[in-house]
Amino acid sequence: MADVLAWIGGGFVVVGVALSVLGAVGVLRFPDVYTRIHAASITDTGGASLVLLGLCLISGFSLITLKLALIWAFVMLTAPVAANALANAAFGSGHKPRIGAFQIVRTDERRKTPRGTDAT
Amino acid sequence: MIAEPTFFDVNLAIDIVLLVMLLVVAGAIVRTRSLLTAIILFGIYSLVSAVWLVVMDAPDVAFTEAVVGAGISTIVLLGAILLTRGEAERGDWRRLIAPALVCVTVGGVLIYAATGLPALGDASSPVNAYVGRAYLEAAPNDIGVPNTVTAVLASYRGFDTFGEVVVIFAAGVGVALMLGFGPRASLAPPPQVMGDHHVVLRVAAKLLIPLIALYALYVQFHGDLGAGGGFQAGVIMAAAVILHALVFGLRETMAAVTPKVARSVASLGVLLYAGVGVVCMMNGGLFLDYDYLFPPHIEKEIPGWLLGGPESAHHWGQHFGIMLIELGVLLTVAATMVTIFYGFAGRSVDDAQREAKR
Amino acid sequence: MLLAAGAAGLLAAMAMMIVRAIMGPSHYDRILAVNSFGTKTVLLLALVGFLFGRPAFLDIAIVYALINFVTTIALMKFFRYRSLAQPLATRADEEARHG
Repeated sequence: MADVLAWIGGGFVVVGVALSVLGAVGVLRFPDVYTRIHAASITDTGGASLVLLGLCLISGFSLITLKLALIWAFVMLTAPVAANALANAAFGSGHKPRIGAFQIVRTDERRKTPRGTDAT
Repeated sequence: MIAEPTFFDVNLAIDIVLLVMLLVVAGAIVRTRSLLTAIILFGIYSLVSAVWLVVMDAPDVAFTEAVVGAGISTIVLLGAILLTRGEAERGDWRRLIAPALVCVTVGGVLIYAATGLPALGDASSPVNAYVGRAYLEAAPNDIGVPNTVTAVLASYRGFDTFGEVVVIFAAGVGVALMLGFGPRASLAPPPQVMGDHHVVLRVAAKLLIPLIALYALYVQFHGDLGAGGGFQAGVIMAAAVILHALVFGLRETMAAVTPKVARSVASLGVLLYAGVGVVCMMNGGLFLDYDYLFPPHIEKEIPGWLLGGPESAHHWGQHFGIMLIELGVLLTVAATMVTIFYGFAGRSVDDAQREAKR
Repeated sequence: MLLAAGAAGLLAAMAMMIVRAIMGPSHYDRILAVNSFGTKTVLLLALVGFLFGRPAFLDIAIVYALINFVTTIALMKFFRYRSLAQPLATRADEEARHG
């Protein structure tokens, strides 16, 4: 039973790492900061979750499982927040997205128009 | 099955890949002219170094490298760039010929000398056969702490560690004297901030700051058993304070941890360390000889079952001594890092306000 | 063996992040690369710990997951505001100040 769990855990680890590698390829090949942030943060968080789950299955239930759960909690808390803050900062610096056509409304302009009549 | 494969050496392969990455990053740092890019690449360099140290089985050093090199060092360098320019000058390549010759010569001599060194981890090399083995064999009897690195650092070589703590304290004093003690908390309200919306970051920071501080305490007290200790814990504690300053503003943080408190705590750490040594001397031993931390008649009255066996009753002084000096190291390192951060970050606020008044 | 393959894959991903950090045309690309490199380092430390039979390395992974965040926020704040001392406000603060 423990052996089967170890193989399943190893499988999870490989899938998680493959997800991270896909994300890294995305960061290299995507055209723009915002799309790269998408690629990096989504695959990092998902890949980390799978890898840590796989390691939990390999190690059995012990203090190590608690530490892996702690790593998972910290990664889930910090990686998406960092991505949000980074995209916020890039947008605030005036970085214009290179794909998609939409009108960028800056937040200080939006304050001048009353709510409900935002430019779309 | 999950262990190392037998058809090629995983250790060597990982070592080679990491060293190639170090080389590439170092080359990029040298070639770039923008100092801001260099700071970011320095962070990556420190990270790869930390992974390499872990692969070489040195977790305490890897710990310190990860938190100091990739964390505090980057932040302090950013603070330094605020006070100066962001681009390096373009130099003439002819001025580099003499330094390059010196580097190549010295590097060649070092590489030639390295071929005469014993293999890494060789049990019969002088380091591992004489001094290393003596420490490993004597530490359980003399000190009774499972982590031999902490035993050597805090007890056998406690005086060296005292010197390191004093050096860190001196660095903090030097920065405070050169850059000023940070603006007082009673300055004008902070300058206007652009209309960004940082709610997510503030909530996450409120959750994370106490967790980071708590983890610093875990690392501090876990240093006896696993990787950790006072230096790493001090830097992590300073990182918690710096995160507070980054998200909520330097004024708020200075109201919570005033510069005066930071400086006093740094002095208190050094005083605690030296005080432990002096108490040992007063009880009849040498400076920092923890066996004499408690007066002799008290040691006889401590029941041996508290420490696990009658023969380990005399470890009581060692355990307490190590705990106290690690506390001193934590206080000094955390307070010094905070003082250095205040010095750099506070100065730019000062300058900006002086410019605004002109 | 599966763990060794995982470690190899993570090293490849980290190498790609280094390329993005060197190449990235804007500084935000580089900050993103460092943040992602840090998360992958956390995973690599956990994997290496299991591969070499020393789960005590997990402490380093935990601490680096936290420090990575602090460094990313410091870099982001520096490049956006050119200052490390101003508070990061929310829209509620702005409206309270401007009325």
